[in-house]
Amino acid sequence: MSDTMIEVAGLQKRFGDNTVLRSIDLRVARGEVVALIGPSGSGKSTLLRCLNLLVVPDGGTVRMGERRFDFGGGDALPGTGALAKFRATTGMVFQQFNLFPHRTALQNVMEGPLTVRRMAKPQAEALARELLDKVGLSDKAEQYPSRLSGGQKQRVAIARALAMQPEMMLFDEATSALDPELVGEVLGVMQSLAAEGMTMVIVTHEIAFAREVADRVVFLRDGVIVEDGPARQVIDTPRQDATRAFLSHFHRQREG
Amino acid sequence: MYQWDFGILWGYRWLFVNGLWVTLAFTAAIVLLGLAVGLFSGLLRLSRFAPLRWLSQAYVEVFRCTPILVQLVWFYYALPILAGIEMMATTAAVLALSLYGGAFYSEIIRGGINSIEAGQSEAALALGMTPNQAMRRIVLPQALKRMVPPLMNQSIIQLKNTSLVSVLAVPDLLYQGQAAAHDSYRPLEIYTLIAVIYFVVLFPLTLLVGRLERRLARAD
Ligand SMILES: Nc1ncnc2c1ncn2[C@@H]1O[C@H](COP(=O)(O)OP(=O)(O)O)[C@@H](O)[C@H]1O
Ligand SMILES: [Mg+2]
Repeated sequence: MSDTMIEVAGLQKRFGDNTVLRSIDLRVARGEVVALIGPSGSGKSTLLRCLNLLVVPDGGTVRMGERRFDFGGGDALPGTGALAKFRATTGMVFQQFNLFPHRTALQNVMEGPLTVRRMAKPQAEALARELLDKVGLSDKAEQYPSRLSGGQKQRVAIARALAMQPEMMLFDEATSALDPELVGEVLGVMQSLAAEGMTMVIVTHEIAFAREVADRVVFLRDGVIVEDGPARQVIDTPRQDATRAFLSHFHRQREG
Repeated sequence: MYQWDFGILWGYRWLFVNGLWVTLAFTAAIVLLGLAVGLFSGLLRLSRFAPLRWLSQAYVEVFRCTPILVQLVWFYYALPILAGIEMMATTAAVLALSLYGGAFYSEIIRGGINSIEAGQSEAALALGMTPNQAMRRIVLPQALKRMVPPLMNQSIIQLKNTSLVSVLAVPDLLYQGQAAAHDSYRPLEIYTLIAVIYFVVLFPLTLLVGRLERRLARAD
């Protein structure tokens, strides 16, 4: 299929004798927004990190466009250069922001273009200012991360990832570390990215947001995809008992 | 009651000046060489290849777990026999003190790099940097800031350790003081002055380290 952005098949990952992912098959179409939900420890972060090979799988294949990596077949693992090139085409946003504290907001956003894309400084700066503007932070360009609120940090982190002009964005609980009143500003940025047609895989506990913004919801439990379908259908009328149990627990928690 | 006579010190002033000069030059040499060795060993210790890590650890432990005085004597008397080379006292002293300091620097550098949260290099790798770029651009600059106070502390200890080279007849401050003491029969005045000179050199440095530490504590 020509409109496939990324496809993984038979993906497996173990940490020691803890098997975290058991044969995951997942396809994300170009422009699609997929929300990945599931209990804590179910392997959501690990799966997301396998999509940009920040975690190297033990088995299965990861295919993105022309590039295809096979794992566990006795082939040599991809070299650091190949991995870096691959990762440069996806953006990742972390729960803890992971901004570079020794760089200003602007320098954080310029870092990828300068170091990885070897862009000239004036272009990199113009691009970074444009992206900070896009996430509503042009006035914070010269601030160090320690002077920013959590919501502002996360928006800088999104701008930093976008500066690589990625084909796909990965979000790992981007709002879980935020005070409740700051969640909205970050979700707003994510929503407008989705509306622009960005391909996104979002690990989230914001079920309402997933229902609203995602095209598809994938429910993961114990390293297995239990349910995968259109967002509203999975959330409103889940087919599997496990999904229903997880979502109902979730509603209770929200209301309680 | 002992009759102090600090006036006799004046006659030996050039001895002290020369001795202090040798001590400072020695310190500069062993700090720079030690830092180079320490950085190399510290990075080896973080290598993906286990044998390189073992090599680095073996080096660090050998030099940390034997007395520096024994190392000095061993480098001067034993190493030349083993290696079949002539070695001047200064060469042996520089080698031994640099490797000794390097072992401690290595641990400081390894600890400083490890103290940077994994999320920092993950964010750098996720942008598409190679592990080397992530280390150079993101991890090392942050780690260096944290390492500066302990590296300076270790360098202060290194300056004091140079006094041990006098056992190999390297003419440092202490060695010249011993010569003056023999000559003048006034060891009390002379060793008092030697202690004062070390103190005057080192005390401002310890104050500086303390200030840096407080500033870094505030910055975090
Ligand atoms: N780097 C790692 N080393 C060892 N175990 C890990 C590592 N990363 C994750 N795990 C384990 O894998 C399991 C799934 O973790 P994770 O993917 O973070 O789940 P989730 O994001 O769904 O909470 C957990 O049991 C966790 O302890
Ligand atoms: Mg997680």
